[in-house]
Amino acid sequence: MAEEVKLLGFGGSPFSCRVEIALKLKGIQYEMIPQELANKSPLLLEHNPVHKKIPVLLHHGKPICESVVILEYVEETWKGVPLLPEDPYERAMARFWAKFIDEKCLSTVWKACFSKGEEQEKGMEEVLGLLKTLESQLEGKKFFGGDNIGFLDIVADFAALWLGVLLEVAGVDLLNDSKLPLLCKWIEEFNNCPVVKETLPPRDMLLKFFKMQQAATGPQYK
Amino acid sequence: MADQVVLLDFWPSMFGMRLRIALAEKGIEYEYKEEDLKNKSPLLLKMNPVHKKIPVLIHNGKPVCESLIALQYIDGVWNEKSSLLPSDPYLNSQALFWADYVDKKIYGAATKVWTAKTAEDLEAGKKELIDYLKVLEGELGDKPYFGGETFGYVDVSLVPFYSWFYAYETCGKFSIEAECPKLIAWAKRCMEKESVAKSLPDSHKVYEFVLTLRKAYGID
Repeated sequence: MAEEVKLLGFGGSPFSCRVEIALKLKGIQYEMIPQELANKSPLLLEHNPVHKKIPVLLHHGKPICESVVILEYVEETWKGVPLLPEDPYERAMARFWAKFIDEKCLSTVWKACFSKGEEQEKGMEEVLGLLKTLESQLEGKKFFGGDNIGFLDIVADFAALWLGVLLEVAGVDLLNDSKLPLLCKWIEEFNNCPVVKETLPPRDMLLKFFKMQQAATGPQYK
Repeated sequence: MADQVVLLDFWPSMFGMRLRIALAEKGIEYEYKEEDLKNKSPLLLKMNPVHKKIPVLIHNGKPVCESLIALQYIDGVWNEKSSLLPSDPYLNSQALFWADYVDKKIYGAATKVWTAKTAEDLEAGKKELIDYLKVLEGELGDKPYFGGETFGYVDVSLVPFYSWFYAYETCGKFSIEAECPKLIAWAKRCMEKESVAKSLPDSHKVYEFVLTLRKAYGID
Protein backbone atom coordinates (compact mmCIF):
# COMPACT_ATOMS: atom_id res chain seq x y z
CA MET A 1 0.00 0.00 0.00
CA ALA A 2 1.40 3.40 -0.89
CA GLU A 3 2.43 5.54 2.04
CA GLU A 4 0.01 8.36 2.51
CA VAL A 5 2.10 11.30 3.64
CA LYS A 6 0.74 14.82 3.60
CA LEU A 7 2.21 18.02 4.93
CA LEU A 8 0.13 20.99 6.01
CA GLY A 9 2.81 23.58 5.53
CA PHE A 10 3.88 26.93 4.20
CA GLY A 11 6.82 27.44 1.85
CA GLY A 12 7.98 30.59 3.61
CA SER A 13 8.20 29.00 7.06
CA PRO A 14 11.52 27.63 8.34
CA PHE A 15 9.56 25.14 10.50
CA SER A 16 7.68 23.79 7.48
CA CYS A 17 10.91 23.65 5.44
CA ARG A 18 12.53 21.53 8.17
CA VAL A 19 9.97 18.80 7.58
CA GLU A 20 10.30 18.98 3.79
CA ILE A 21 14.09 18.70 3.98
CA ALA A 22 13.82 15.68 6.30
CA LEU A 23 11.27 13.89 4.12
CA LYS A 24 13.34 14.53 1.01
CA LEU A 25 16.52 13.25 2.67
CA LYS A 26 14.67 10.03 3.51
CA GLY A 27 13.31 9.83 -0.04
CA ILE A 28 9.69 9.97 1.14
CA GLN A 29 7.04 11.06 -1.35
CA TYR A 30 4.59 13.48 0.18
CA GLU A 31 1.81 15.83 -0.81
CA MET A 32 2.26 19.43 0.28
CA ILE A 33 -1.03 21.10 1.18
CA PRO A 34 -0.08 24.80 1.42
CA GLN A 35 -1.77 26.65 4.26
CA GLU A 36 -2.64 30.30 4.60
CA LEU A 37 -1.38 31.52 7.94
CA ALA A 38 -3.86 34.34 8.33
CA ASN A 39 -6.84 32.26 7.30
CA LYS A 40 -6.51 28.88 9.00
CA SER A 41 -8.17 26.04 7.13
CA PRO A 42 -10.65 23.63 8.75
CA LEU A 43 -8.12 20.89 7.97
CA LEU A 44 -5.41 22.62 10.01
CA LEU A 45 -7.76 23.39 12.91
CA GLU A 46 -8.96 19.78 12.90
CA HIS A 47 -5.48 18.28 12.96
CA ASN A 48 -3.77 20.76 15.26
CA PRO A 49 -6.50 21.96 17.61
CA VAL A 50 -4.00 22.57 20.41
CA HIS A 51 -1.63 25.03 18.70
CA LYS A 52 -3.40 25.72 15.38
CA LYS A 53 -0.03 26.01 13.65
CA ILE A 54 1.87 24.57 10.73
CA PRO A 55 3.66 22.33 10.05
CA VAL A 56 1.43 19.29 10.60
CA LEU A 57 2.48 15.96 9.13
CA LEU A 58 -0.34 13.58 8.29
CA HIS A 59 0.75 9.96 8.00
CA HIS A 60 -2.11 7.64 7.04
CA GLY A 61 -4.38 10.42 8.27
CA LYS A 62 -2.81 10.64 11.73
CA PRO A 63 -1.43 14.08 12.64
CA ILE A 64 1.96 14.87 14.13
CA CYS A 65 2.52 18.49 15.20
CA GLU A 66 5.53 20.62 16.19
CA SER A 67 8.43 20.55 13.72
CA VAL A 68 11.00 18.97 16.07
CA VAL A 69 8.50 16.27 17.10
CA ILE A 70 7.82 15.64 13.39
CA LEU A 71 11.57 15.30 12.72
CA GLU A 72 11.85 12.71 15.51
CA TYR A 73 8.83 10.88 14.03
CA VAL A 74 10.32 10.89 10.53
CA GLU A 75 13.57 9.50 11.95
CA GLU A 76 11.79 6.71 13.86
CA THR A 77 9.43 5.75 11.06
CA TRP A 78 11.64 5.69 8.00
CA LYS A 79 15.08 4.12 8.21
CA GLY A 80 17.62 4.83 5.46
CA VAL A 81 19.50 8.12 5.76
CA PRO A 82 19.86 8.72 9.52
CA LEU A 83 19.07 12.20 10.79
CA LEU A 84 20.17 11.67 14.39
CA PRO A 85 23.44 10.14 15.58
CA GLU A 86 23.31 6.53 16.86
CA ASP A 87 25.17 7.23 20.07
CA PRO A 88 22.69 8.23 22.85
CA TYR A 89 24.99 10.98 24.14
CA GLU A 90 25.47 12.51 20.69
CA ARG A 91 21.70 12.33 20.22
CA ALA A 92 21.19 14.23 23.45
CA MET A 93 23.66 16.88 22.26
CA ALA A 94 21.85 17.30 18.92
CA ARG A 95 18.54 17.68 20.78
CA PHE A 96 20.08 20.14 23.25
CA TRP A 97 21.35 22.44 20.51
CA ALA A 98 18.08 22.16 18.58
CA LYS A 99 16.28 23.36 21.70
CA PHE A 100 18.84 26.15 22.08
CA ILE A 101 18.03 27.35 18.57
CA ASP A 102 14.27 27.16 19.07
CA GLU A 103 14.05 28.57 22.59
CA LYS A 104 16.87 31.09 22.65
CA CYS A 105 18.05 32.06 19.18
CA LEU A 106 14.83 32.49 17.23
CA SER A 107 12.98 34.79 19.62
CA THR A 108 16.11 36.84 20.36
CA VAL A 109 16.81 37.37 16.65
CA TRP A 110 13.18 38.26 15.95
CA LYS A 111 12.98 40.71 18.83
CA ALA A 112 16.30 42.38 17.96
CA CYS A 113 15.47 42.75 14.27
CA PHE A 114 12.17 44.45 14.94
CA SER A 115 13.34 46.75 17.71
CA LYS A 116 15.10 50.09 17.30
CA GLY A 117 17.86 52.25 18.73
CA GLU A 118 19.47 51.18 22.01
CA GLU A 119 17.08 48.25 22.41
CA GLN A 120 18.20 46.91 19.05
CA GLU A 121 21.87 47.45 19.87
CA LYS A 122 21.55 45.42 23.05
CA GLY A 123 19.49 42.83 21.25
CA MET A 124 22.05 42.41 18.52
CA GLU A 125 24.83 41.95 21.08
CA GLU A 126 22.79 39.12 22.56
CA VAL A 127 22.18 37.65 19.10
CA LEU A 128 25.89 37.68 18.32
CA GLY A 129 26.66 35.96 21.63
CA LEU A 130 24.09 33.24 21.00
CA LEU A 131 25.23 32.63 17.43
CA LYS A 132 28.87 32.45 18.52
CA THR A 133 27.87 29.82 21.09
CA LEU A 134 25.99 27.88 18.42
CA GLU A 135 28.80 28.12 15.90
CA SER A 136 31.24 26.60 18.40
CA GLN A 137 29.48 23.32 17.66
CA LEU A 138 30.75 23.50 14.09
CA GLU A 139 34.42 23.45 15.10
CA GLY A 140 36.25 20.97 12.82
CA LYS A 141 33.05 19.90 11.07
CA LYS A 142 31.44 20.60 7.73
CA PHE A 143 27.95 20.33 9.15
CA PHE A 144 26.51 20.06 12.68
CA GLY A 145 25.83 16.44 11.73
CA GLY A 146 29.43 15.83 10.58
CA ASP A 147 30.10 15.08 6.93
CA ASN A 148 26.41 15.11 6.05
CA ILE A 149 23.49 17.24 7.16
CA GLY A 150 21.48 15.88 10.06
CA PHE A 151 18.83 16.77 12.63
CA LEU A 152 20.59 19.84 13.99
CA ASP A 153 21.46 21.23 10.54
CA ILE A 154 17.80 20.87 9.58
CA VAL A 155 16.63 22.65 12.75
CA ALA A 156 19.21 25.39 12.05
CA ASP A 157 17.68 26.09 8.62
CA PHE A 158 16.53 29.43 9.99
CA ALA A 159 20.16 30.54 10.16
CA ALA A 160 20.79 29.55 6.54
CA LEU A 161 18.25 31.96 5.10
CA TRP A 162 15.80 33.79 7.36
CA LEU A 163 18.52 35.09 9.69
CA GLY A 164 20.38 36.90 6.92
CA VAL A 165 17.15 38.32 5.51
CA LEU A 166 15.96 39.65 8.87
CA LEU A 167 19.36 41.21 9.60
CA GLU A 168 19.33 42.88 6.19
CA VAL A 169 15.85 44.30 6.83
CA ALA A 170 17.07 45.56 10.21
CA GLY A 171 20.12 47.11 8.52
CA VAL A 172 22.56 45.25 10.75
CA ASP A 173 25.77 43.65 9.46
CA LEU A 174 26.32 40.73 11.80
CA LEU A 175 26.47 37.70 9.58
CA ASN A 176 29.94 38.12 8.13
CA ASP A 177 33.18 36.16 7.99
CA SER A 178 34.95 38.20 10.64
CA LYS A 179 32.21 37.93 13.27
CA LEU A 180 30.81 34.44 12.54
CA PRO A 181 33.23 32.60 10.25
CA LEU A 182 32.11 29.06 11.05
CA LEU A 183 28.43 29.86 10.72
CA CYS A 184 28.97 31.67 7.41
CA LYS A 185 30.87 28.68 6.02
CA TRP A 186 28.09 26.36 7.22
CA ILE A 187 25.43 28.54 5.56
CA GLU A 188 27.26 28.19 2.23
CA GLU A 189 27.63 24.41 2.57
CA PHE A 190 24.06 23.90 3.79
CA ASN A 191 22.56 25.97 0.99
CA ASN A 192 24.59 23.97 -1.55
CA CYS A 193 22.86 20.71 -0.59
CA PRO A 194 20.45 19.70 -3.36
CA VAL A 195 17.48 18.96 -1.04
CA VAL A 196 17.98 22.33 0.67
CA LYS A 197 18.24 24.20 -2.63
CA GLU A 198 14.98 22.74 -3.87
CA THR A 199 13.14 23.39 -0.57
CA LEU A 200 14.03 26.83 0.75
CA PRO A 201 11.99 29.74 -0.59
CA PRO A 202 13.57 32.40 -2.85
CA ARG A 203 15.54 34.96 -0.86
CA ASP A 204 14.13 37.98 -2.67
CA MET A 205 10.58 36.85 -1.91
CA LEU A 206 11.38 36.60 1.81
CA LEU A 207 13.18 39.94 1.79
CA LYS A 208 10.18 41.64 0.21
CA PHE A 209 7.82 40.02 2.75
CA PHE A 210 9.85 41.06 5.81
CA LYS A 211 10.43 44.59 4.50
CA MET A 212 6.66 44.94 4.32
CA GLN A 213 6.33 43.56 7.87
CA GLN A 214 8.94 46.02 9.12
CA ALA A 215 7.11 48.93 7.50
CA ALA A 216 3.73 47.82 8.79
CA THR A 217 4.63 47.06 12.40
CA GLY A 218 7.10 49.84 13.04
CA PRO A 219 9.17 49.54 16.21
CA GLN A 220 7.12 46.69 17.68
CA TYR A 221 7.77 43.03 17.16
CA LYS A 222 5.49 40.03 16.98
CA MET B 1 33.09 -0.52 34.68
CA ALA B 2 30.21 0.66 36.84
CA ASP B 3 28.22 3.66 35.64
CA GLN B 4 28.84 6.88 37.50
CA VAL B 5 25.70 8.99 37.64
CA VAL B 6 25.44 12.39 39.32
CA LEU B 7 22.37 14.64 39.43
CA LEU B 8 22.84 18.37 40.00
CA ASP B 9 19.46 19.47 41.31
CA PHE B 10 17.49 21.81 43.59
CA TRP B 11 14.89 20.22 45.85
CA PRO B 12 11.76 22.22 44.78
CA SER B 13 12.53 22.06 41.04
CA MET B 14 9.85 20.21 39.05
CA PHE B 15 12.40 19.69 36.34
CA GLY B 16 14.82 18.02 38.73
CA MET B 17 11.97 15.88 40.09
CA ARG B 18 11.44 14.48 36.59
CA LEU B 19 14.94 13.02 36.59
CA ARG B 20 14.68 11.76 40.17
CA ILE B 21 11.54 9.84 39.17
CA ALA B 22 13.10 8.40 36.00
CA LEU B 23 16.28 7.29 37.77
CA ALA B 24 14.19 5.66 40.51
CA GLU B 25 11.91 3.95 37.97
CA LYS B 26 14.97 2.45 36.30
CA GLY B 27 16.64 1.52 39.58
CA ILE B 28 19.75 3.56 38.75
CA GLU B 29 22.07 4.45 41.59
CA TYR B 30 23.23 8.02 41.54
CA GLU B 31 24.75 10.78 43.61
CA TYR B 32 22.35 13.65 44.32
CA LYS B 33 24.01 17.05 44.63
CA GLU B 34 21.91 19.92 45.94
CA GLU B 35 22.72 23.26 44.30
CA ASP B 36 22.36 26.66 45.92
CA LEU B 37 20.95 28.65 43.01
CA LYS B 38 22.10 31.92 44.58
CA ASN B 39 25.62 30.54 44.67
CA LYS B 40 26.05 28.13 41.78
CA SER B 41 28.84 25.59 42.13
CA PRO B 42 31.85 25.54 39.79
CA LEU B 43 30.69 22.06 38.78
CA LEU B 44 27.29 23.34 37.64
CA LEU B 45 28.84 26.23 35.74
CA LYS B 46 31.27 23.82 34.09
CA MET B 47 28.63 21.20 33.24
CA ASN B 48 26.00 23.66 31.98
CA PRO B 49 27.90 26.71 30.76
CA VAL B 50 25.19 27.62 28.25
CA HIS B 51 22.20 27.91 30.61
CA LYS B 52 23.80 27.56 34.09
CA LYS B 53 20.64 25.76 35.22
CA ILE B 54 19.66 22.60 36.99
CA PRO B 55 18.93 19.78 36.56
CA VAL B 56 22.06 18.40 34.97
CA LEU B 57 22.53 14.67 34.64
CA ILE B 58 26.20 13.74 34.59
CA HIS B 59 26.83 10.24 33.22
CA ASN B 60 30.42 9.06 33.46
CA GLY B 61 31.54 12.68 33.56
CA LYS B 62 29.49 13.80 30.56
CA PRO B 63 26.65 16.29 31.18
CA VAL B 64 23.14 16.09 29.73
CA CYS B 65 21.17 19.31 30.26
CA GLU B 66 17.46 20.13 29.82
CA SER B 67 15.18 17.76 31.72
CA LEU B 68 13.14 16.32 28.82
CA ILE B 69 16.30 15.68 26.82
CA ALA B 70 17.83 13.98 29.86
CA LEU B 71 14.64 11.86 30.22
CA GLN B 72 14.99 10.68 26.62
CA TYR B 73 18.66 9.97 27.29
CA ILE B 74 17.94 7.95 30.45
CA ASP B 75 15.26 5.97 28.61
CA GLY B 76 17.63 5.30 25.70
CA VAL B 77 20.63 4.21 27.75
CA TRP B 78 18.88 2.20 30.48
CA ASN B 79 16.39 0.54 28.19
CA GLU B 80 15.96 -2.91 29.77
CA LYS B 81 13.34 -1.93 32.33
CA SER B 82 10.51 0.56 32.84
CA SER B 83 10.38 2.08 29.36
CA LEU B 84 9.17 5.64 29.56
CA LEU B 85 8.68 6.23 25.84
CA PRO B 86 6.59 3.93 23.63
CA SER B 87 8.36 1.96 20.91
CA ASP B 88 5.63 2.74 18.38
CA PRO B 89 6.76 5.84 16.44
CA TYR B 90 3.30 7.45 16.42
CA LEU B 91 2.71 6.97 20.14
CA ASN B 92 6.27 8.16 20.74
CA SER B 93 5.52 11.36 18.80
CA GLN B 94 2.39 11.95 20.85
CA ALA B 95 4.37 11.56 24.08
CA LEU B 96 7.00 14.05 22.85
CA PHE B 97 4.23 16.45 21.80
CA TRP B 98 2.43 16.44 25.14
CA ALA B 99 5.59 16.72 27.25
CA ASP B 100 6.54 19.68 25.06
CA TYR B 101 3.06 21.13 25.75
CA VAL B 102 3.66 20.82 29.50
CA ASP B 103 6.95 22.66 29.13
CA LYS B 104 5.58 25.41 26.91
CA LYS B 105 2.40 26.12 28.86
CA ILE B 106 2.26 24.96 32.48
CA TYR B 107 5.34 26.50 34.06
CA GLY B 108 4.70 29.98 32.64
CA ALA B 109 1.02 30.07 33.55
CA ALA B 110 1.64 28.65 37.04
CA THR B 111 4.39 31.21 37.68
CA LYS B 112 1.93 33.97 36.79
CA VAL B 113 -0.37 32.66 39.54
CA TRP B 114 2.10 32.77 42.41
CA THR B 115 3.91 35.95 41.29
CA ALA B 116 0.76 38.00 40.53
CA LYS B 117 0.85 41.44 42.15
CA THR B 118 -2.62 42.60 41.13
CA ALA B 119 -6.02 40.93 41.28
CA GLU B 120 -6.27 41.20 37.48
CA ASP B 121 -2.94 39.46 36.91
CA LEU B 122 -3.97 36.74 39.33
CA GLU B 123 -7.29 36.08 37.61
CA ALA B 124 -5.61 36.03 34.22
CA GLY B 125 -2.94 33.60 35.49
CA LYS B 126 -5.50 31.30 37.09
CA LYS B 127 -7.66 31.20 33.96
CA GLU B 128 -4.64 30.40 31.81
CA LEU B 129 -3.41 27.65 34.13
CA ILE B 130 -6.82 26.01 34.45
CA ASP B 131 -7.37 26.19 30.68
CA TYR B 132 -4.08 24.40 30.02
CA LEU B 133 -4.65 21.82 32.77
CA LYS B 134 -8.09 21.11 31.28
CA VAL B 135 -6.51 20.46 27.88
CA LEU B 136 -4.17 17.97 29.54
CA GLU B 137 -7.10 16.43 31.43
CA GLY B 138 -8.88 16.04 28.09
CA GLU B 139 -5.85 14.28 26.64
CA LEU B 140 -5.69 11.94 29.66
CA GLY B 141 -9.35 11.00 29.17
CA ASP B 142 -10.24 7.79 30.95
CA LYS B 143 -6.76 6.29 30.76
CA PRO B 144 -5.00 5.54 34.06
CA TYR B 145 -1.87 7.30 32.78
CA PHE B 146 -1.08 9.58 29.86
CA GLY B 147 0.83 6.70 28.29
CA GLY B 148 -2.14 4.35 28.68
CA GLU B 149 -1.89 1.42 31.06
CA THR B 150 1.65 2.18 32.12
CA PHE B 151 3.29 5.19 33.71
CA GLY B 152 5.46 6.97 31.14
CA TYR B 153 7.20 10.02 29.74
CA VAL B 154 4.28 12.47 29.85
CA ASP B 155 3.33 11.37 33.38
CA VAL B 156 6.94 11.95 34.50
CA SER B 157 6.95 15.37 32.80
CA LEU B 158 3.77 16.60 34.48
CA VAL B 159 3.44 14.96 37.90
CA PRO B 160 6.20 17.06 39.57
CA PHE B 161 3.94 20.11 39.20
CA TYR B 162 1.51 18.36 41.59
CA SER B 163 3.88 19.14 44.47
CA TRP B 164 3.38 22.83 43.67
CA PHE B 165 -0.45 22.69 43.37
CA TYR B 166 -1.00 23.48 47.05
CA ALA B 167 1.17 26.60 46.66
CA TYR B 168 -0.72 27.71 43.50
CA GLU B 169 -4.09 27.06 45.15
CA THR B 170 -3.20 28.88 48.36
CA CYS B 171 -1.68 31.89 46.59
CA GLY B 172 -4.53 32.00 44.10
CA LYS B 173 -7.35 31.02 46.49
CA PHE B 174 -8.80 28.39 44.19
CA SER B 175 -9.06 24.63 43.94
CA ILE B 176 -7.46 22.78 41.07
CA GLU B 177 -9.35 19.62 42.08
CA ALA B 178 -12.68 21.43 41.68
CA GLU B 179 -11.73 22.38 38.12
CA CYS B 180 -9.81 19.25 37.10
CA PRO B 181 -10.91 16.31 39.26
CA LYS B 182 -9.67 13.64 36.84
CA LEU B 183 -6.23 15.22 36.72
CA ILE B 184 -5.99 15.19 40.52
CA ALA B 185 -7.11 11.55 40.56
CA TRP B 186 -4.33 10.84 38.06
CA ALA B 187 -1.77 12.67 40.22
CA LYS B 188 -2.80 10.71 43.31
CA ARG B 189 -2.51 7.50 41.31
CA CYS B 190 1.04 8.48 40.33
CA MET B 191 1.87 9.32 43.95
CA GLU B 192 1.12 5.68 44.84
CA LYS B 193 4.27 4.77 42.95
CA GLU B 194 7.35 4.74 45.16
CA SER B 195 9.48 6.44 42.50
CA VAL B 196 7.12 9.43 42.46
CA ALA B 197 6.39 9.62 46.21
CA LYS B 198 10.10 9.61 47.01
CA SER B 199 10.95 12.21 44.37
CA LEU B 200 8.37 14.88 45.14
CA PRO B 201 8.86 17.14 48.15
CA ASP B 202 6.07 17.79 50.63
CA SER B 203 3.58 20.34 49.24
CA HIS B 204 3.63 22.41 52.42
CA LYS B 205 7.43 22.68 52.24
CA VAL B 206 7.08 23.89 48.66
CA TYR B 207 4.50 26.46 49.79
CA GLU B 208 6.88 27.74 52.50
CA PHE B 209 9.56 28.05 49.85
CA VAL B 210 7.19 29.98 47.54
CA LEU B 211 6.39 32.36 50.43
CA THR B 212 10.09 33.14 50.85
CA LEU B 213 10.32 33.87 47.11
CA ARG B 214 7.22 36.09 47.23
CA LYS B 215 8.78 38.07 50.06
CA ALA B 216 12.06 38.39 48.16
CA TYR B 217 10.19 39.61 45.04
CA GLY B 218 8.18 42.11 47.05
CA ILE B 219 4.85 40.44 46.34
CA ASP B 220 4.01 39.85 50.02
